[in-house]
Amino acid sequence: MDNFSTLIGGIAGDGINEAGATVGRLFSRLGYRIYMYYDYPSLIRGGHNFSLVRASRHMIGAHQDDVDVLIALNQETLENHAFRLTDKSFVIYDADKVQYSLKQKGCGLPVSAILKEEEALPIMKNTCILGGFCKTVGIEWAILEEVLKKHIPKNLELNLKVAKRGHDSAMEFCSIEKLNSPALPILSGNQAIALGLIKAGLQAYVAYPMTPSSSLLDFMARFAPDFGLKVVHPENEIAVMLMAQGFAYAGQKAAVGTSGGGFCLMTEGLSLAGMAEMPVVIMMGQRTGPSTGLPTYTAQSDLHFILNAGQGEFPRFVIAPGDAQDAYYWSGVALNMAWKYQVPSFILGDKTVCEGQYSFDLDDAGELEEESPLLWDGLEKYSRYKYTETGVSPLAFPPRKGQAIKADSYSHDEYGVTTENPKITKDMNDKRLLKNSSMAKEMEEYESVKVFGESRSKTAMLCWGSNKGVCREAAEKLKLRAVQVLVLSPFPTARLKAALEGVERLIAVECNSTGQLARLAGFYGFNTQERILKYDGRPFSLNDLEADLRRVLA
Amino acid sequence: MNPKDLTTYAKNTWCPGCGNFSIFSAMRNVLAQLDQEGTPIENVVLVSGIGCHAKIVDYMNVNSFYSIHGRTIPVATAIKLANPDLNVICFSGDGDSLAEGLDHLIFAAKRNIDITLILHDNRVYGLTTGQYTPTSPKGFKGKSTPLGTTESPINPPELMLVSGATYIARGYTHGIDLLQKLFREAIMHKGFSFVDVLQVCVSYFNLYETYNKRTYEVKGNDPSSFDEALKLARSWNYDGGDGPIPLGKFYKVEAPRFDPVNEPRAIDRDPRAINRDARIKELLENFI
Repeated sequence: MDNFSTLIGGIAGDGINEAGATVGRLFSRLGYRIYMYYDYPSLIRGGHNFSLVRASRHMIGAHQDDVDVLIALNQETLENHAFRLTDKSFVIYDADKVQYSLKQKGCGLPVSAILKEEEALPIMKNTCILGGFCKTVGIEWAILEEVLKKHIPKNLELNLKVAKRGHDSAMEFCSIEKLNSPALPILSGNQAIALGLIKAGLQAYVAYPMTPSSSLLDFMARFAPDFGLKVVHPENEIAVMLMAQGFAYAGQKAAVGTSGGGFCLMTEGLSLAGMAEMPVVIMMGQRTGPSTGLPTYTAQSDLHFILNAGQGEFPRFVIAPGDAQDAYYWSGVALNMAWKYQVPSFILGDKTVCEGQYSFDLDDAGELEEESPLLWDGLEKYSRYKYTETGVSPLAFPPRKGQAIKADSYSHDEYGVTTENPKITKDMNDKRLLKNSSMAKEMEEYESVKVFGESRSKTAMLCWGSNKGVCREAAEKLKLRAVQVLVLSPFPTARLKAALEGVERLIAVECNSTGQLARLAGFYGFNTQERILKYDGRPFSLNDLEADLRRVLA
Repeated sequence: MNPKDLTTYAKNTWCPGCGNFSIFSAMRNVLAQLDQEGTPIENVVLVSGIGCHAKIVDYMNVNSFYSIHGRTIPVATAIKLANPDLNVICFSGDGDSLAEGLDHLIFAAKRNIDITLILHDNRVYGLTTGQYTPTSPKGFKGKSTPLGTTESPINPPELMLVSGATYIARGYTHGIDLLQKLFREAIMHKGFSFVDVLQVCVSYFNLYETYNKRTYEVKGNDPSSFDEALKLARSWNYDGGDGPIPLGKFYKVEAPRFDPVNEPRAIDRDPRAINRDARIKELLENFI
C-alpha cells in the first residue's frame, strides 16, 4: 500500500480537526508520512467540517479525491462524500445517526448507545468511532491507547473505555502494513512557522486574530513562557504593525501575522518600516478574497499586493513556503534577512499551508541559526542611517550613553534628522535600494528555486506556496518537471533560469484567477505557455491537477 | 547637564510665537534635571506623530522615533515592553491622537501602560493650514468647514479619565513653571500619564487672549478622587462660552499596569538564556 486516505466528517464542534489529527498520529506510528487537509466553514457550531488524512510512504503535501475509508459522524458526511468512494473503499458510521445503503462495505457502530451506557460526553463519539476505525483497518489497540494517553489526557479512563467498546463492536476489513520508518511529528504550517521564527531568535509576536493566521497567534501565546516570548494582541492591525517596529527600535526581534484584510491596515506601517529601516517579519496567510471573501478557504491572490504594498519604493524580502519543512526553514531565514538588511520580510502563506498538517522531519528541514545583524562598533558618534557599501547601517539600541538613536518616517539624513534636501533625499533612496541588490547577492547561496519530478522534462510546471506538494506528486507521476519558486523578492532570476533549462513548455499552476506568479516571472523574461488556475477556495487535489494537466497536454 | 546641550542642529521651523516653543523648553529643562537626579537621558525615548508638534523630536538631541500620523502610542508601548528601563514619552497633536489614532489612545489608557503622552492641543490643523480638529469648538470655521462645524468637541481629560488613564493634567503654553511641574510628574508617574497642553497656534487659531483671561490653576483638589477629577474635567468642555478653564493636576492614582502584568509571562526570563534547541525538540516530541 503506497497511499491510504481517510476522511472523517461531522458538524463544527464535533472536534473533527482533532479527530483527523488522531488518525494522522496513528498512521505516523506505523511509519507513514502524513498530509491532512482540514475543511471548515466560517461558523462555530453546526455546518459540515471534514478532515482528509492521507498517509503515504513518502513525504507528501496534497490530498486525493478518492478515500479508502470514510468515517461519517452524520448523514450529511455520507451524502457529501459518497462520490469519493471506490469499490474497495469502506465506510464507518454512527449507526444511531446514519442510514446506510451504499454498496461499499460498511461498519455501523452504535456510537450514541455506547456513549449513553458509559455516561460519556458527546465529544467522545470521536474516540468511540476511532476505536472502531482502528479495528477495521487492523491498527493494534495498543497504538490507539498510546495516542489517546498522550494527546487526550483529560477523562482518559472514560475515553479509553468508549474507544475500546467502539473497537470491539467493529470488524476488520483490511490490515495496514507497518513500515520500518520512525514516527514523525505532525505540524501545521503555522506551527512550523512559529518554530522556525523561534529558532532564528524571535523575541516578540504581535497579532490581531484573523483566519488563517489566528492559530499562529494562539501557538505563540501558548508557548510564550517556554521561549521567553512577549506576545501582544492589540487593538487592531495598525497597532500590530507599529508595535513590531517599537520592538525593533528597542532591539527585539518581532514578527506579526495576519491575512489580506488585516494586512490592508498594516500597509501604512509597512511603508514606515521601509523608510525608517525597521526589521519586521510579516506572516501573511492568504485566503479567498476580495474583501471578506471565503474566510476559511484558500487562495494565492495577494502576491502582487505584497510585492507592491506601501507608498514609495523600498526593498522587501518575500518567501512562500510549500509545506511545514519549508515553513520552518524559510521563516527563520525571513527573520534573519529582516535583521541583516533592516527590511520588512514576508512569509507569504495560504490557508492550505498555514492550517494543513504535515509530517515534519527536523533533520531534513534545513540547518537554521540565528544570524547576527550588523551592530554599531561604538567607536565614533552614532548615526542611525550611515551610508555604507551594502546600504546597511549599523544598528544600536537605547540606552547608549552619549548617543541619540533617531529613527524617522520623514526623508532624513544619516543622523536621523528630517531633511527636505534633494541630494540627501536621492542618496538615502539609493542607499535603501542598495539593500535589494545586497540581499539578492546573499540569496544566490540559497536554494531559492527547487526542482522536482523529471528534472530533464521539456514540460515544466511553475508553482509557489502550497501547490508544491500537488505539483511535485503530479510531476513524479506524469514524468514532468515541477519548479517551485520559494523566494519571490528579490526575484531569483539566475536560479529560475537554471531550473528551467531546456524547458519548452511552461505551465503555471496557481490558486488565483490571473496567474500572479506567471505575470511576475514574465516581467523577468520567463514566459508561460499555459496556466492552470483554481480559485474556488479549495486547494488542488492530485486528481484535479492530473486532469487539468492531461487536458492541457493533450 | 545644560538643557541647551539637548538641542540638535536641525533648523527650527515653528512659526514665531508658536506654543510649541514652550513645550520644547519645558521638556528640555525637565529632562536635563531628571538626568542630574539619576534618570539618565540615554534612557529616554521620545516618540512623535505627524504635525507641527512632531518636529520636536528633530530638535531634541535625545533618542527618538519620528512615527506617522496618529501612531505614537503603539510604537511607544512596544518600546516600553521591550525594555521597561526606558522612559518613553509621546508627543502628539489633537488631530494626531484624537482623530487618526483615537483607538490607540483609549487602549493606552485602558492598559495603563507606563508611558507618557503630551498632547499639543492647538485645536486646529496647522501643517495642513487650518482645518477643524476633534477639540475645535462647535461652529469653528476652518477650511474644510467654511460654514462652521456642527460637531461638539471631544473633552480629552474626560475621555482619558473614563478610559482608565491614571495621571491626567492640563497645562498651558503660557506658564512654563506649571508645565514643567506637570511634565515631571507625568514622566515619574508609574502608569499611563496624559497631559493636555493648551498650545496656541498663532497662525490659524490664536487663543492667547481667551486663555490668558480664563485659565486658572486648581488648588486643593483631591487628585485621587475620580468624581472630583470628572467634575474638573467637565467644568470646561472646549466649546465657546466664557467660563473658567482649570489647569493643573486633575487625577493621579495607582492601578495595575500592562507592562509588569506581562512580565512574569515573558520578561522574567531572558530568551537568549533559554536553550531553544532543546525546547523545540521537546515540543516536537509532543507533536508525534
